[in-house]
Amino acid sequence: MSMDFEKPLVELEEKMAELVKLNENEDVKFDTEIAELEKKMKSISKKTYSKLTPWQTVQVARHSQRPLIRDYITGMCSEFIELHGDRCFGDDQGIIGGFAKIDDVRVMLIGHQKGKTVEENIKSNFGMANPEGYRKALRLMKLAEKYRIPVLSLIDTPGAYPGLEAEARGQAEAIARNLMEMATLETPIVVVITGEGGSGGAIGIGVGDVVLMLSNSVYSVISPEGCASILWRDGSKAPVAADALKLTAESLLELGVIDEIIKEPSGGAHRSYSEALPAVKETILRHLEKLSKVSGRKLTERRFDKYAKIGRF
Amino acid sequence: MGWFNRSRSKPAAQGKTKSEDMWVVCPSCEAHVFKEEWHKGLKVCPKCNFHDRLTCHERVKLILDTGTWHELGGSVSTTDPLEFVDGKGRYADKAEAAKEKTGLNESVLTGRGKISGRRIVMAVMDFRFLGGSLGSGTGEKILRAATYALKHKLPYIVVSASGGARMHEGIVSLMQMAKTCAGIARLHKARIPYISILTHPTTGGVSASYAMVGDINISEPGALIGFAGRRVIEETIKQKLPDDFQTAEYLLDHGFIDSIVNRSEMKDYLMNVLRYWRAR
Repeated sequence: MSMDFEKPLVELEEKMAELVKLNENEDVKFDTEIAELEKKMKSISKKTYSKLTPWQTVQVARHSQRPLIRDYITGMCSEFIELHGDRCFGDDQGIIGGFAKIDDVRVMLIGHQKGKTVEENIKSNFGMANPEGYRKALRLMKLAEKYRIPVLSLIDTPGAYPGLEAEARGQAEAIARNLMEMATLETPIVVVITGEGGSGGAIGIGVGDVVLMLSNSVYSVISPEGCASILWRDGSKAPVAADALKLTAESLLELGVIDEIIKEPSGGAHRSYSEALPAVKETILRHLEKLSKVSGRKLTERRFDKYAKIGRF
Repeated sequence: MGWFNRSRSKPAAQGKTKSEDMWVVCPSCEAHVFKEEWHKGLKVCPKCNFHDRLTCHERVKLILDTGTWHELGGSVSTTDPLEFVDGKGRYADKAEAAKEKTGLNESVLTGRGKISGRRIVMAVMDFRFLGGSLGSGTGEKILRAATYALKHKLPYIVVSASGGARMHEGIVSLMQMAKTCAGIARLHKARIPYISILTHPTTGGVSASYAMVGDINISEPGALIGFAGRRVIEETIKQKLPDDFQTAEYLLDHGFIDSIVNRSEMKDYLMNVLRYWRAR
């Protein structure tokens, strides 16, 4: 999948691939051409990505090749022991979680799972969790508190699933309870918005001591499409709504809703996992290290103050 | 979701009360009721028990002892953190118009008062104010009232009536869910009663935050309570929803509220429940 604004870049990438292939087979070498092309690509990708509109950023955040939770687990963790089930109803694959080791730091990792293949998409419901997903997450967070290990929450969801059974089993209650319990959880919570931060479905596992955001991720109360169709009565006004909603990492930092932006490589995280993931890992570890020195009680006091002061009065 | 997503096919509590000079036409059963009788009956239809919406002031009058209400946090008003402009104009203007129309500063009224002589803190949302949406002013007031209840060790009652988050305040509105719940969490830790009354309608970000985590959740007959809007769900799952879907009765059935209480019995119910709390 490629996005319109990326076309010139993608075309160059294709050309480059051809050249590299030719370089392998033929006697004639294209080293200078390749070097030149590389330079050109870098400059174009920098140019394109340094001035993305909010709507373009939404598309990058939703990109099918963007690193997902399983990529973060593979790329950052030396161990992952997945834990299943909410002990009430079932196991939701829209939110997964378990014990994880990042370098020598042991954490409880939870996060939305979107899946990459169609099969995975269906199994995880495209990252739209049901109540049992939120309840499993809470169960694991409580376990983290008991074992005195920090919680790492990776957010990437279009939203909590709006379905009949989700309502019947209490989608609202599940999210509400998490918000309340996370406020007083006596262990560090680090939240990273890695892709889409979709409204209640995102904040349902998104209350933390530190909230980080990848530079091309978004976080919003409603999707630009939904907002456009309600407030503009025209779904095609999504780009305008995306602008108005101030959903980019930069805007959110300004609004005081997030604490730090993790810079993605030029061209987006989907272009280079090997550059994107270490930056995420390093930032997480830096914050975990700092938070590990704060007592549980102090953490909850600070967390309360952090949220109490959102809004200007 | 927005307060604009009013579903059309709602059974009981939907539509506007048609008010003629002497008569009120019940929006549910279309019975003609004398205006005087309608208001005397607390805006409940004597024929079909339809509970019409109350303003926050009417709700205060219904629940609290006469003359005991003192407003708190009255100076908190709407803010426009995103400087939001949509297809129909500026949010700031919209908010001003809502203030003018209702005489309120935000979608919630907060204060303290007494129920049968017992001191309590109460927050009452008003649907007339931008659909009772959860703005940053709303969140601030609900948290401040919770903090007051915590400080003075008084039971906290919140009456919700809301379409959910306020889109015009974007992410700042979403954060009010976490902010208000943090306040409620403190009450729970301090063993101070928190009672949530979910009135018609309580949906979206309000149902998914403080409204759903009462020690006791109660509602009124026919009230719409849910997370996602009916239309959104029908479009997602491509099937028609049952008529009673997301009504108070449906939620009672599914275990999310403790009781459906008739308006005329609401005050007694609250008093009876609060008697079980032993303040130290």
